[in-house]
Amino acid sequence: MIVFCRLLLAALLLAGPAMAAESIDTPLADPAAEARARDISRTLRCLVCQNQSIEDSNAPLAQDLRQIVRERVQAGDDDEAVRRFLVARYGDWVLLKPPFKGATLLLWIGPVLILLAGGATVALLYRRQRRQAGAPSPLSAEEAARLAALTGRDNTHP
Amino acid sequence: MTTEPAPKPEKLIRWSFILPVATFAALAAALGVGLTLNPREIPSALIQKPVPQFALPPLGGEGEGLRTTDLASGKPQIINVFASWCVPCRVEHPMLMDLARRGVVLNGINYKDDAGAAATWLRQDGNPFTRIGADKQGRVAIDFGVYGVPETFVITGDGRIAYKHVGPLTEDAIKEKILPLLGLP
Repeated sequence: MIVFCRLLLAALLLAGPAMAAESIDTPLADPAAEARARDISRTLRCLVCQNQSIEDSNAPLAQDLRQIVRERVQAGDDDEAVRRFLVARYGDWVLLKPPFKGATLLLWIGPVLILLAGGATVALLYRRQRRQAGAPSPLSAEEAARLAALTGRDNTHP
Repeated sequence: MTTEPAPKPEKLIRWSFILPVATFAALAAALGVGLTLNPREIPSALIQKPVPQFALPPLGGEGEGLRTTDLASGKPQIINVFASWCVPCRVEHPMLMDLARRGVVLNGINYKDDAGAAATWLRQDGNPFTRIGADKQGRVAIDFGVYGVPETFVITGDGRIAYKHVGPLTEDAIKEKILPLLGLP
């Protein structure tokens, strides 16, 4: 019985990684190239799950795309060329970080514009309020008398 | 002592009222339009581009297969990416049969499918396709920018991608987008 349990345990331990290997991609032999492929994959959006990178996604399409990234890296493409390869097929959409260009101008400078507009509005309102308040009105006789009583000095005629 | 002319507070109040309300209305309108769009629909990067270079073997050895040169025939054609395991493909299947009956040339790209299962399905429910290419690895589909089956492309007579429909075809999409591109009423 003990032997059987040991065998079962050994079988389970061996089966674990074997089962996992089926669903995991085949990494590149060169660790530096593999690391680069993974870095590129992290910047590419999974088209099926949409808010995950293809590196994080388990979707079969993401797996295919990771493999394509590896192939392009292996073929000697630089990072930009790999991204261009996928943008040609799936558009800018596939990039998690959108490029800076005409169509995305508002996306990039929008927050700055809103901040500037907000700041300008606040400054304008503040200046208006100040101007409207104007110079403080002179003290009335009653107020002057009260101030004099409080400070012990005669402030009515400075 | 000179008294300053009284400021006009009502003007300031009017603007401080109008500005936030107008900003809110503009934002609400923009977000409202956003709600009517489908965020899962990714615009195709290939519209107006020539069909990618590819050559696919026939499904299970029968028929002709499908390659780029088959598509610039001078007449608009359809490419439908399908699989027998894909449930929405079965939903749109009668519409494809309908188009085939109207004389439209339909080409199939059989995506990551078992050739036997695909052939059985087409035998049972009808085969609307003139040509079928078997894309076992799904690589040609990636060249077409496919991210889910079914997807349907309209190819112009000179071999360019004119339109792409993601997901099962609808009567509306066929009537308003596909038939006009095919030159059919």
